[in-house]
Amino acid sequence: MTTTSPTMPRATAPDPDLGTKVVLTAPLVLQSGETLTGVTVAYQTYGTLNAEKSNVIVACHALTGDQFMCGTHPITAKRGWWDDIVGPGKVIDTNRYFVICANVLGGCMGSTGPKEINPATGRAWGLRFPVITIRDMVAAQAKLLDQLGIGKVLCVVGGSMGAMQALEWAHRYPQRVFAVVPIAGSYRHSAQNIAFHEVGRQAIMADPEWSHGNYLEENRVPKRGLAVARMAAHITYLSETALHRKFGRKLQDRSTLTYGFDADFQVESYLRHQGYTFVDRFDANSYLYITRAMDYFDLASENGGALSNAFKGSPVRFCLISFTSDWLFPTAESRAIVHALNAVAANVSFVEIESDKGHDAFLLDEPDFHQTLRGFIDGCADAQKVQRP
Amino acid sequence: MNQPSPTPLANKPSKRIRVDLQLVADLVAPQTRVLDVGCGDGTLLSYLAAFKQVDARGLEISMSRVRAAVSQGLSVIQGNLETDLKDYPDGAFDYAILSQTLQATLNPQAVLGDLLRIAKRAIVSLPNFGHWRIRWSLLVGGRMPMTANLPDQWYNTPNIHLCTILDFVDLCQSMNIRIEQSFALSADGLKQNYSATGWQANLFSEEAVFVLTRQD
Repeated sequence: MTTTSPTMPRATAPDPDLGTKVVLTAPLVLQSGETLTGVTVAYQTYGTLNAEKSNVIVACHALTGDQFMCGTHPITAKRGWWDDIVGPGKVIDTNRYFVICANVLGGCMGSTGPKEINPATGRAWGLRFPVITIRDMVAAQAKLLDQLGIGKVLCVVGGSMGAMQALEWAHRYPQRVFAVVPIAGSYRHSAQNIAFHEVGRQAIMADPEWSHGNYLEENRVPKRGLAVARMAAHITYLSETALHRKFGRKLQDRSTLTYGFDADFQVESYLRHQGYTFVDRFDANSYLYITRAMDYFDLASENGGALSNAFKGSPVRFCLISFTSDWLFPTAESRAIVHALNAVAANVSFVEIESDKGHDAFLLDEPDFHQTLRGFIDGCADAQKVQRP
Repeated sequence: MNQPSPTPLANKPSKRIRVDLQLVADLVAPQTRVLDVGCGDGTLLSYLAAFKQVDARGLEISMSRVRAAVSQGLSVIQGNLETDLKDYPDGAFDYAILSQTLQATLNPQAVLGDLLRIAKRAIVSLPNFGHWRIRWSLLVGGRMPMTANLPDQWYNTPNIHLCTILDFVDLCQSMNIRIEQSFALSADGLKQNYSATGWQANLFSEEAVFVLTRQD
C-alpha cells in the first residue's frame, strides 16, 4: 500500500483555526453512567440569528464529517461536506436560517474526544475516554444551545449518523424541535453495519502504531490501520454502479497489468487516496468511539422493542429521505421509521430519491433531493412564521 | 394525536380546483385531520390546508408526485394503500379520502374497512360501471366498454374491481357502513339532482361520491 500512495493535500496552516468553542458549564451524564465535566463543544454557525431566535437549524454531521459544513475546510482546504446545500440562496438558505453545526462529542475537530487532554490527568484521553453514544452527542448539542441562549429549534437535519442524531433529537427533545429531517439513516444499526464497523476497528487495532490506543503519547500515528478502515468504509458509501461508472476496470497510469500488487487499477489507487488523505484529518481513536456510538444506537430496543413507542404523541414534524442505491442504509430502514411514525399518527413525510450514487448521495448534487429538502424546510418555516433576520 | 395544526405551504395554493375535488373539499369541515389516500401531487391537500386550516396528510404511490407534494411543504409519504393503511391507529383522522381508486385495489373491502377504522368518516368516489353508455357498449359492441372515464383496455386497465353504484351500496350495507351523504355526478363532475343511491343514478351518473361512517 505504501508503494504508490498519492501525495496528500496538506493543511494550509500547521495549526488550523478550529473555529468557535464553548465549554459546557453543566456536567454531562453519559448513557453509560459516567460523567464528563468541562466538555468542550467546537461548532460553526452560518447565517444570522433572527430577533425571535426562531430561525435555528441544527445540522448534524456524519461519522467522518465535522462542523465545517460549508466554505473551505481549514485542514483539507476542500469544500465543506454540505457546501452544495447550506449557504446564501442555497437549499438551506443562510439569508433566512441560522445554521449551527457542532463537532460531535468524541470527535476530533475540537470537541471533547479521545484526542483531547483529560483535565484530570493532563494526558490525552486515548482509550480512557468513556464510550459515548448518539444520545450523548445530542445531549452535548442541546447543552450547547442552552449556553447559546437558544430554546426551540426549527429543524434538525442530518444524513447517515446525522440522521440518527436527528431522530434522537425528536425522541429526547420533542418540545424543543419543530421538525427533523433524517436522511439516509436508520433507527438502529443493522448487523451488516456493525460488521463493517468492526472491520474498520480491527484494522486500526491491528496496526502496531496504534499501540493499544496510546499512540498520541508515544508520538506515533496508526496511519495504515486508519487508512484501511476508511477504504473499507468508503466502499460502503458508494454503489456498484457508481464505482463501475467512475472506474470500471481502467488501469492507473499504465497500459498493461504489472503482475504485482501495485495499484494497477484506478479503483485501487482511488481507495488508497481516500485512505491516506483521511488520516490527515481524523483521529484513529475517535473513529473507534464514533463507530461504536453508531453500533449502540437502537431506538426500538430502548423503547420496549417498538420504535413507535419512541414517538408516541410526538408533536414533531418528520421528513424521511432515502436513496434508491443506498445499501448501507437502504430505503427499507427509512420505511420502517415511517411505519412506526404512522402507527402513532405522527406528522411524517417520506421521499425516496432515485439515485445511483449510493449512500453518499446525500452529500452530492441530487436535484430531486435538494428540491424536497428545500420545500420541506421552507414549509416548516412558513408554518412557524419565521422572520428573516 | 395532538391538536390539528394547519399544514403550511411553500407555494400559494390555487383557489380553483377541479370540480370533483371541490365537491370533496366542500364536504370536509374546517380544522380537522384529513388523510388523502392517493393524494397525487397534493392539489386537494394544499387547498384544504390553505382554505380550511386542515391538518392535511397524504399517502401516494408515485414517487414523483410525492416529491412534488413534499416540495410544497405538504406532509405526504410514499406508500401503497393496500399495505400501509394498516399502520395507522384507530380513529387517527376525521376524514380519509379515497378518490377514484377503490376500484383499482386488490381488496376493496379491506381497504374500505381500513378507511373507516382510521377515520371517523371516509369520503369515497367511484366510477359507475352501471352507466347506460357502458351497458350499451357491452350489449351492442360485445366488448369490454371503454369510456372517457374508463379509457383503458381490459388487459391494461388498473381498474380490476369495477362496480356499479348499486353494487357499492350493497357492499356498504353488508359491511354495516352508513352512507351519510351521496352525490351522483355527471362526466364533468357536476352534481345531479336525483338520489345518488337509486336506480336513476345507477343508470345515468358516471361517477358518485359517498360520505361513509360506521353504523355503530
